[in-house]
Amino acid sequence: MLFNEIVRLSAEHLWLVAIAVVAATAIAAPSAVFLTRHARARRWTLGAVNIVQTIPSLALFGFLLPLPFIGGVGKQTAVLALILYALLPILRNTVVGITGVDSMVRESAVAMGMTDGQILRDVELPLALPTILAGVRIATVTTIGTATIAAAIGGGGLGTFVFRGIAMADTKMILAGAVPAAIMAITADEVLEWVERRFSY
Amino acid sequence: MAALVEFRNVAYRVGDRDILRGIDLSIEQNETVVLLGRSGSGKTTLLRMVNRLLEPSAGEVLFAGRRIADQDRFRLRRRIGYVIQEGGLFPHATVAQNIGLVPKLEGWAEERIRTRVAELLDAVGLQPHVYAARYPRQLSGGEKQRVGIARALAADPPLLLLDEPFAALDPVTRFEMQQHFARLSRAFGKTALFVTHDIREALMLGTRIALLKDGRLELVARADEFPGATSQEALAFLATVTQSVTSNHDA
Repeated sequence: MLFNEIVRLSAEHLWLVAIAVVAATAIAAPSAVFLTRHARARRWTLGAVNIVQTIPSLALFGFLLPLPFIGGVGKQTAVLALILYALLPILRNTVVGITGVDSMVRESAVAMGMTDGQILRDVELPLALPTILAGVRIATVTTIGTATIAAAIGGGGLGTFVFRGIAMADTKMILAGAVPAAIMAITADEVLEWVERRFSY
Repeated sequence: MAALVEFRNVAYRVGDRDILRGIDLSIEQNETVVLLGRSGSGKTTLLRMVNRLLEPSAGEVLFAGRRIADQDRFRLRRRIGYVIQEGGLFPHATVAQNIGLVPKLEGWAEERIRTRVAELLDAVGLQPHVYAARYPRQLSGGEKQRVGIARALAADPPLLLLDEPFAALDPVTRFEMQQHFARLSRAFGKTALFVTHDIREALMLGTRIALLKDGRLELVARADEFPGATSQEALAFLATVTQSVTSNHDA
C-alpha cells in the first residue's frame, strides 16, 4: 500500500523534474547562445537569473501563488518555479562553455572562412557540449531536491510524504519521501555524468 | 609581375593610438615577404588585415588586384591559407577533418577531400595511415604545426599568411620546420606573408624582409641584402645574431 504510493509519487516527482529540466534547457540554451553574441545583455541577464536563484524556494513558490493565470495552487505553479531554478546552471554553463572555447581555435575558424553559424554549429557547440551537459546535470539534481518542496503548493511528488510526515511527526513517513528522492538524485547524477563523458572529446 | 597583395597607405588606429601608419607594401607572386619587428610593432595587425580579420582605419588593401573591402570576406578567407602558433587546430576533429575543413566548406566531394588530405599529409612528412585518424591532443608540437600547414594548403590557396608559426617549438624542431617550410613553399610555388620576431628565421625564409618599428615600415630589403642594412632597428636585430660571438670573445 505504502509501496504503491511511493512508486506513484516517485513517478509524479520524476515527471515534474523532467518537464522543468527540458523546458529550462529549451529556454536557457538558445538564450545563452544569444548572450555569447551580446556582452552587455549577458551581464544583465546573468545578474537577473542569479537573483532568482537567491530567492528561497519556499518563498518563490509563495510569490507565484497569487499571480493570475500562471499562479495558484497546483502543478503548473510548481513547474514554473522549478523551471526558474533550473535556468541558471544551464544558462551559465552554456555561456561559459561557448566563451571558453580557445581563442586560437575560434580565430582559425574565422580565418578559414567559416560563417558565424558554421562556427557555432561545428566548433563552439561541440566543444561546449560537455560543459552544457554538466549544467543540465546540476540543474536536474537540484531540481529533484527542490521539487520536494513543490508539494507545499499542490505540486505533488515525493514532497507529499515529507509534508505529511512533518504534520504527523512521523519520521518513517518523511523518509518514505526523502529516501527515494535522494536515490533519484544520485542516480540522475551518475547517469548524466556518464552521458557527459561520452560527449567529451 | 603583378603584385598579389598590395597595401596602400594603410593605417590602423585603436582609440587615439596609432598601431600602424602609412604602410605601403606589395607582395609579388611566388615570393615570401617576412614582416619582422619587435612585439607591439604592428606586424601581426598588418597580417590580419589581409584576410579581413581586421579592417584598416585608413588606406586600402588589394588582393589579386581587387580591393578586399569589396570582396566577400568568407570567400576571400577560403582563398588565403592561415597558420598560427600550434596551428589553432580543432581539438574535437581528427587530423583528416582538420585538414579537409576548407575543401569541405568549398563543397568538394568526399573522395576528392580524402585524396587531397593524404597528399598533403605526405607533403608535410606525416604518414597518412598513421596520422589521418588521430586527434590534435595525440600530436607533438611539431606534428601539430605540420598539420596546421597542411590545413592552410588544403584548398590550394594562392597566398599563405603565417603568424609566428614556429615560435612555440623547441629550437631543433623549429629548425627542421623552417627547412621543411622553405622546401614546401618552393615546391608549391606559394606566395607567403610571414610574421616573425626572429631575425634568423627572417633571413632563412624570406625573399624580402619588411622591418616594422612602432607601426611604421622602417625598411624593405631583399633578404640577402638585409645584413648590409644600416638603419637603427635593422642593426638592433642584426646585433642579436652577432652578439653571442662578441660576448664569447670578451670572456
